[in-house]
Amino acid sequence: MEVTLNVKRFDPEKPKNNTWIQEYVMDIHQSSTVLDALIHVREEMDGTLALRCACRASICGSCGMKVNGEAKLVCKTRVEELSPNGEKLLIEPMGNQPVIKDLIVDLSAFFAKMEQISPFLQPNKEPESGEFIASNDSMEKLLTEMNCIMCGLCVSECTVLEVDNTFIGPAALAKASRFVYDPRDDKTSERLNCLNDEAGGMWDCTRCMQCVEVCPKGVSPMDRIMDLRETAIEIGAKKTHGYHHTNSFEKSVTANGRLDESRLALESAGIFNIFRLLDLVPVGLRALIRGKLPPFIPHKAKDNKKIKELAKAIKEKE
Amino acid sequence: MKYAFYPGCVARGGTPELLSSSMAVLKELDIEVEELTKAGCTGAGVLQEKNPLLGDTINVRTLAMAEEKNLSIMTLCSTCQGVLSQANHKVKKDSKYLAKINDLLKEEGYEYKGTTEVKHLLWILVEDYGLDKLESHFTTKLSNLKFAPFYGCYMVRPSEALGFDEKPERKMYLEKVIESVGAEAIEFPGKFSCCGFPVLFINQKNSLKMVSNNTGSAKDLGADAMVTPCPLCHLNLDGYQGKARSNNRGDKADLPIIHMPQMIALAMGLEKKDIGLGRHIVSAKEVVNKI
Repeated sequence: MEVTLNVKRFDPEKPKNNTWIQEYVMDIHQSSTVLDALIHVREEMDGTLALRCACRASICGSCGMKVNGEAKLVCKTRVEELSPNGEKLLIEPMGNQPVIKDLIVDLSAFFAKMEQISPFLQPNKEPESGEFIASNDSMEKLLTEMNCIMCGLCVSECTVLEVDNTFIGPAALAKASRFVYDPRDDKTSERLNCLNDEAGGMWDCTRCMQCVEVCPKGVSPMDRIMDLRETAIEIGAKKTHGYHHTNSFEKSVTANGRLDESRLALESAGIFNIFRLLDLVPVGLRALIRGKLPPFIPHKAKDNKKIKELAKAIKEKE
Repeated sequence: MKYAFYPGCVARGGTPELLSSSMAVLKELDIEVEELTKAGCTGAGVLQEKNPLLGDTINVRTLAMAEEKNLSIMTLCSTCQGVLSQANHKVKKDSKYLAKINDLLKEEGYEYKGTTEVKHLLWILVEDYGLDKLESHFTTKLSNLKFAPFYGCYMVRPSEALGFDEKPERKMYLEKVIESVGAEAIEFPGKFSCCGFPVLFINQKNSLKMVSNNTGSAKDLGADAMVTPCPLCHLNLDGYQGKARSNNRGDKADLPIIHMPQMIALAMGLEKKDIGLGRHIVSAKEVVNKI
């Protein structure tokens, strides 16, 4: 079958016009992956094209790039699926990471953030009988986290990293959860308190689910971040706006069955945080003028007591 | 056509114009709705950070209410749609978890069997009502207008829970509806982006950068307004656009954020008070003038 790849090129050694789209048209086998096509370009058509790849079997995590705007492992992406009728494919380097050349990005920030979470087990004492024994059950629970191949696709699509490169990011947070929930590790609260940091920590995730969508290994980084938030609250790490936000949400849903938007805004800001409260005033006034200020007396679901009872029953069972 | 109606908290709170315009459109289309008045808030994914079981239980309770009535649920909010779909997907995949939740719900007499379908008004218009039939209700073509589509994260992710495997075209419905009113849907790369609302009260700086990037780039691409099926996106992109644009781009708020039902109501020529464009923080006057 014939395929046309439009590849975003970048040559740092060119003094000007160093970024361009280059078109490659070729015949490939029907079963070819996008990586097969790119290797064909490099080996048969244009040896200057730079790309990273190794295993060709979605194990090594080297060949992450964007195909038609979506981050993918190109060894796992068949041309025919995306271009059944010969549609052109746009191939670009991953996002949120500096490009070194063509389709190769600089992963040093990615690995620096991995290092930041101390990605190794930290037991407090030596094992009693030569080795630490972890139960099968506890390891099975970690299988999703351990599936990570560090390809960086989640980082490429993270909507927070787009605006703030200090955010530790989905890959490092998912990796952190792999150690937080490992029974052999004894630094759980230190890890959680550190990740709970307001600047770039776990509460900066917007829950946009881009990472869940693009992860080729089902790690679901955002779900791992949600686990970390829940556990951080359980161990009493509560001095964050994120905690106040979810706590206020729970209180208003439990009390009224519905969300009380005014209460959420005030309590998330912190009811004693005068600067954050003052910051809400102009927006509140504009909303008031336009008749869209949420009601001060919150809406309640009919039979809202039933929800209160459910919350109580869940608390008692736990 | 009849649906179990789940308007969501924000349509009854910060965006009353979404509710009034939706009700006016439904009346014009003769789509009947019965509100689930006992249903609780979905938790928006926020309650789930602290108490996932409570969030799922409240949502399964809502699904069971609709199941009792043998009706599909109609939502007006991307977040409600997403969170209800996620809970539905989770219990359909995990019968043990469903049994645990049903056990909590039995005192109130609910038992969810897993048959309820949850559909945003956008999906209902395209899949159940039909765009040809919808177009027959339009009295005004909005052909002078260019709209940037903005879906809201939970209308498109996670695609598995939203049934995109069977219906991948759901990712294009907003453009289809924009085109059905005669307007142009611009190619907007940010259409599946995050509006920043979830971190508005947590990291406002980041949230405002997202508002500025989304509204600024849509304006640069020639959009007259942005159209969204999500009231939370509307709240952030409309309410905080002034501050976001001045802090990040040094310009002014100039992109009206229109609720999807408002756009339809405009094409139907419905009453101004129901459409409620006067309630927006960023003025939509120029949009109306161009019609």
